[in-house]
Amino acid sequence: MSQDTINTTADNRPHDGDPNAPVLEVENLHVEFRTRDGVAKAVTGVTFDLLPGETLAILGESGSGKSVTAQAIMGILDTPPGFVTQGSVRFRGVDIQALPEKERRRYRGEKIAMIFQDALSSLNPVYSVGYQIGEMFRVHRGASRADAKTKAIELMDRVHIPAARQRVNDYPHQFSGGMRQRIMIAIALSLDPDIIIADEPTTALDVTVQAQVMQLLADLQAESKMGLILITHDLGVVADVADKISVMYAGRLIEQARSLDLYSNPAHPYTERLLAAIPRVDMKGQELYTIKGIPPNLTDIPAGCAFHPRCPYAQSICSEKTPPLEVVPGDRRSACHFWKEVLDGSLQIR
Amino acid sequence: MPDPSSKTVMPSQDASAAALTLGASSESKSLGKPRSLWSDAWHDLRRNPTFVISALLILFLILVAVFPSLFTSTDPKRCDLIMGNNGRAPGHPFGFDRQGCDVYARVIYGARASVTVGILVTSGVVLIGGFIGAIAGFYGGAAGSLLSRLTDMFFAIPILLFAIVFLSGFPFRNIWTVVAAIMLVGWPSVARIMRGSVISVKESDFVTAARALGASDMRILARHILPNAIAPVIVVATISLGLFIVLEATLSYLGIGLPGSTVSWGGDINDAQASLRTAPHVLLYPSVALSITVLAFMLLGDAVRDALDPKLR
Repeated sequence: MSQDTINTTADNRPHDGDPNAPVLEVENLHVEFRTRDGVAKAVTGVTFDLLPGETLAILGESGSGKSVTAQAIMGILDTPPGFVTQGSVRFRGVDIQALPEKERRRYRGEKIAMIFQDALSSLNPVYSVGYQIGEMFRVHRGASRADAKTKAIELMDRVHIPAARQRVNDYPHQFSGGMRQRIMIAIALSLDPDIIIADEPTTALDVTVQAQVMQLLADLQAESKMGLILITHDLGVVADVADKISVMYAGRLIEQARSLDLYSNPAHPYTERLLAAIPRVDMKGQELYTIKGIPPNLTDIPAGCAFHPRCPYAQSICSEKTPPLEVVPGDRRSACHFWKEVLDGSLQIR
Repeated sequence: MPDPSSKTVMPSQDASAAALTLGASSESKSLGKPRSLWSDAWHDLRRNPTFVISALLILFLILVAVFPSLFTSTDPKRCDLIMGNNGRAPGHPFGFDRQGCDVYARVIYGARASVTVGILVTSGVVLIGGFIGAIAGFYGGAAGSLLSRLTDMFFAIPILLFAIVFLSGFPFRNIWTVVAAIMLVGWPSVARIMRGSVISVKESDFVTAARALGASDMRILARHILPNAIAPVIVVATISLGLFIVLEATLSYLGIGLPGSTVSWGGDINDAQASLRTAPHVLLYPSVALSITVLAFMLLGDAVRDALDPKLR
């Protein structure tokens, strides 16, 4: 990331004291990938806050920019080709993007930790799980091997891995998918971070294990008051656990609302269509609803509202003017010219 | 971005992972202890006859090289011209060479030169090539390209030709000049393999995960990438060790390798050539010793490769 594009006007003093101040503020984040085929605008102007103990779900389909947002927050984008071109990421008021790499590294793992989608490939196959959990203590805290191992066993207990003491020297491939994801969670939890970013933590798991892992995350969060950013494409996963949901499409936030509001009455046609596409038992035997078309190529995002070519309500203004993320009554936001009409359902499908 | 096509990929991966876990957990239960990649490989190796035979042969060779006096009490340099090219005699099972030296003693003492050169060159090549390859693969970009092109340049130099030119330029000859000559042009193959291996491991999710958890570049390279990238290098190094021994013998045969005062198979093969028709046994024994040594290292390399990467089988 280039220094000059970082938001230097940001207030860089940590705000102490106020327990309800946001732990994480992402403001106007822009990420682009400079590839041979052109510049792909993976994230365009993403803004959100995360309060202590809050769960924010970032929802979107593949390529909508949700994982890239997470990587940009963590500062682990592959640069090149990925560049943060604008915007700031503030952790308790400190713009972590402006920090030198060495200091920034301290934030990773200690303040903000991350859980990845595929636990098997995210764990190093040549080390035992105990070694890998303990590595956090050795690298960040300078703990001895024996101490690190004791801590590793404690953490494995905390994420409910049975017979932790016996299994601490086992290798990742000796665990089941759900247990492996628990190990990833144990690693992320190890230094009591203020925020955990979970990038599709349950996608690789089957449904019952998904529920267990989500429950574990929710329990741990209740214990430790950490903020949780849950990145997913699965509407079902987030429904119960998320306080707030942000929906992304083609690199932009297009809707943000409390979960219940979003599910009961979406303020953006994309969200509305997504919800309509959920298979329902009472519609058994009928053709499943799909949103026509495909998400845009990020090197060639349509002018105006990126969703307009697929939107059943699109009008001429939609292809001309990009709708801003407007504040909608009820502490929510929508980036649609016709959010009012979407909310009260008065629009006609073309 | 880990999400594209994740829906379609995951089920099969999960299934294979589950199968793997099932197999592994029942296995580990029966053995009662956890198995790492390396202990897994060792487990395979011990049951592989190719490995057992080649490893025993190599251990024997090393023993011969270190303690030749255990195997013969004859001095390989004490020669009696009267016995020149004689066949076997009591106490001299392989007969005598042209100078009347005991062929058996010379074959025994010749192992040291070959094994030393082989091990030294291989260690050097793995260090130089491994370092350059790892840096080129890990950093990529301009530095990586520069190192890769450098590797390509050296790769294009024929080893034998370079060694001949290099050694003829030296006023003296000893084991170190031979090692240096082979090492200087032998490292690119290791560097290439290391680079490719590091690049493929670098893309792994666990490297991203380590970075996300605050590991430094050096820690990621040393602790997370290298242990996962070293296997192909070990395989190539083992197989190359045999080739380096051949190369040393070739150079000694050509008369520019080890000095005549050092007993070596290559030098003895050269000497034996003059009386090939009258005394073929003089050529036979050092040649067979050389062949067996090279074969042992190649078999070992094959066995190690099979153990470390079962997909190649």
